[in-house]
Amino acid sequence: MTTTSPPIVQMRGIVKRFPGALANAGVDFDLLPGEIHALLGENGAGKTTLMNILYGLYMPDEGELRLYGQPVAFSSARDAIAHGLGMVHQHFMLVQTLTVSDNIILGQRSPRSPLLEDTKKVHQRLHALSERYGLAIDPAAELWKLSVGEQQRVEILKALYRGADILILDEPTAVLAPQEVDELLEILHRLTEEGKSIVFISHKLDEVLKTSDRITVLRDGKVVATVKPADVDKQMLARMMVGRDVLLTVAKGVAKPAEPRLRVIDLWANSDRNLPALRGINLEVRSGEILGIAGVAGNGQSELEEVIAGLRRETSGRVQICGQEATHSTPRQIGQMGLAHIPSDRYRMGLLPDFTVAENMFLQRIGDPPFTRRGFLNWNMIRSKAQELISAYNVRGATGDTTAGSLSGGNAQKMILARELTRNPKVLLAAQPTRGLDVSAVAYVHEQLVKQRDGGVAILLISTELDEILALSDRIAVLYEGEVVGVIDAANADINEIGLLMAGSKHMEHSEATA
Amino acid sequence: MTAPISELPAHPSRARSLARALGAPLVGGIMGLSIGAILVLLAGANVGEVYWAMLRGAFGGQRQITETFLKATPLLIVGLGLTVAFRARVWNIGGEGQFFMGALFGSVIALSFPNLPQPLLLMMMLMAAAIGGMLWALLAAYMKVRWNVNVIISTLMLNYIALFFVLYMARGPLQDPGGYLPESAQFVAAARMPHLFGTRIHLGVLLAFLLVPFVYVLLWSTPLGFRLRAVGSRASVARYAGINVERAILFVMGFSGALIGLAGIIEVSSLHTRLKGDISGGYGFTGILVALLGRMNPVGVAVASILFAALIIGAESMHVVSGLPDALADAIQAIIVLSVLAVDALVRRRQNR
Ligand SMILES: Nc1ncnc2c1ncn2[C@@H]1O[C@H](COP(=O)(O)OP(=O)(O)OP(=O)(O)O)[C@@H](O)[C@H]1O
Ligand SMILES: [Mg+2]
Repeated sequence: MTTTSPPIVQMRGIVKRFPGALANAGVDFDLLPGEIHALLGENGAGKTTLMNILYGLYMPDEGELRLYGQPVAFSSARDAIAHGLGMVHQHFMLVQTLTVSDNIILGQRSPRSPLLEDTKKVHQRLHALSERYGLAIDPAAELWKLSVGEQQRVEILKALYRGADILILDEPTAVLAPQEVDELLEILHRLTEEGKSIVFISHKLDEVLKTSDRITVLRDGKVVATVKPADVDKQMLARMMVGRDVLLTVAKGVAKPAEPRLRVIDLWANSDRNLPALRGINLEVRSGEILGIAGVAGNGQSELEEVIAGLRRETSGRVQICGQEATHSTPRQIGQMGLAHIPSDRYRMGLLPDFTVAENMFLQRIGDPPFTRRGFLNWNMIRSKAQELISAYNVRGATGDTTAGSLSGGNAQKMILARELTRNPKVLLAAQPTRGLDVSAVAYVHEQLVKQRDGGVAILLISTELDEILALSDRIAVLYEGEVVGVIDAANADINEIGLLMAGSKHMEHSEATA
Repeated sequence: MTAPISELPAHPSRARSLARALGAPLVGGIMGLSIGAILVLLAGANVGEVYWAMLRGAFGGQRQITETFLKATPLLIVGLGLTVAFRARVWNIGGEGQFFMGALFGSVIALSFPNLPQPLLLMMMLMAAAIGGMLWALLAAYMKVRWNVNVIISTLMLNYIALFFVLYMARGPLQDPGGYLPESAQFVAAARMPHLFGTRIHLGVLLAFLLVPFVYVLLWSTPLGFRLRAVGSRASVARYAGINVERAILFVMGFSGALIGLAGIIEVSSLHTRLKGDISGGYGFTGILVALLGRMNPVGVAVASILFAALIIGAESMHVVSGLPDALADAIQAIIVLSVLAVDALVRRRQNR
């Protein structure tokens, strides 16, 4: 873009304070018409906060917001929507039991009648919008039948239906499979061609460099720079975000696997919809090795995770942890056998948002000494131990007394990591351990996982990020439609071969992940 | 190890929630009274006089204060019981039924063993009442855990069964052999709550206020309380953390039923001195408001119960002094409840922006 058309959004000197955190410390941000503007920054840098201000969810303590050159002050998201803004949050705001079109008109005022919208007209409009931007969404579909990627497109459709010209997407790709990411980026380009302007938050430097017209980097609530992708590379962006050089790959020695610690034997289980999701899985993870489970999301990963953790009943088969039968055990018993679990769904499993960070740090152990003495909780101990972990794992923006729900996404993940790793596990079940983390935090988590491995922990890594699987695993098992379709030694892994296995177009004869 | 004495309480989020628990009822109460003033004006009375009569009626002297505390007692116990259940997000709407079952169980003891020494008899009555309320509540909890029956519905239905069962007992098996009314014989003196300090304040009042620190400690200083609150915060996360969610549901229901059952027998043995159909006056339902207004914090619940009792007692005296209808007092009560909840919601919205 050489001709500079006037920005449609201008944010000037935005300051937002939270108790114990200065989330935005005087941010200037411009959005030009028709551009994709990426917002980058470490976990807790203030990206979501800045966008929540733009979307009317938070009031800035200081600063000015201009839309098409006019000063505005939104008193609510409804207000912002009326001004042509739309936001897709990190966590979707959809009702699973309703149809797409019902979700979209939910909470909307209808001009026709106070209660009922003309469903046929709504469907027609939604169809038209979906066609125009290539969203491929059926307005009559029930939400729970849709994949994560599709639900996200429903959120986009919702914003468009409400007349959004400016779209904010907060980490839209964090939950998507690689192919879905490509589809989304395609859609974003379509949208800008049609004159929409987009703010796009992401931690994935590759896609940011590939997709955006401009990149603004935030650090500690301040703008470091706004740059064009042609002028920078991954290393430079990482340095701008963090303020120092970041190693983007993990240093990892050769694994020295010892005795088997986690065994999964001919495991079958059903999904929430009562369809077979795991179909005869065999796995073995040994002390001192990382077994990576590769696969496109939705091929049984979450069911495998939940059965091992004791949160879902298998239909047949067995799970053994350190030689003990864990098949019908409760999560508590499984924990006592030595399993720690970094859950894939942070908010449904990993933390209590309205509890303090200190309480969350010892969720499983709070009833044990030294946290409980003579039957009573020892708050001083809980807080001081929590403080130690907060510093050791660099959980930003937290004291023991902040609620876990106010942590930024990445820092919440660090808190969970701190909790699980300090339980001295024998087996670590790590599911999507770096989802939503910034580059340096990813590097940190990877480092920690390798350190645990070298300390003799058996790690089962479930990740839909192929890069992560390749970077960490000693062996890789590919999951496709509930079956392990191949096991590959990471030393001679061939990306193409794994890709074919993940797509289900190839099946290795020997498909037991037992060494 | 010597722990440094910090100015902050051991757990600041508790202090914050305490401030809110006390702050919202006060501000909201004042707001509610102001709106109520408009109604009083419309009714053609003098606002100052009416409110002064209410205040004097509730707190004007030792006798009035005593009345208020007597009225607050069942509200407080029920409110505390419900607080424990609500904290675990188990919506026990069955306070009324548990109150009746507690009264029934306790009365059976009182009527069956009139000759026992007072301490033993009272102890047995209280125990029986707690068991009665507990069993009634556990019925709903069991249906929830076993068949996932909605607790709101089951407890609500059990209310009616309990009420009619007590009515039946009072006019059937337990009816006073020498009387015609549907009520039991009067309790012997040993089965009545002993009075304290030469006032009408009785043992039950003391017990109710001793329960405040007890519930507080249970919720915030024990691992059990932690687990219950975790279940209430998000059951799926609690399950992940190895907490037995079903057991927590059974516990909170049993515990709240037991407390509410206690309230039942205390009310019967101190005030009515016999079992009959009209012993409750809706404490099981008013207790819900008390628990919610007290923001499910035991200290807040104590404040709310006194506030409520004062309104009820004050309204009676307003009625007598100014001749305004009872309904007006009810309306003012309702307005206060709504104002407090509104102020609370507003405060929280503010904080989140
Ligand atoms: N509601 C809140 N209450 C208190 N502190 C908050 C609240 N929301 C955010 N914060 C704090 O403000 C800072 C910025 O948070 P924000 O969510 O904007 O970060 P982010 O850049 O989106 O991070 P991430 O990449 O991890 O999502 C953090 O320190 C966070 O703890
Ligand atoms: Mg964020």
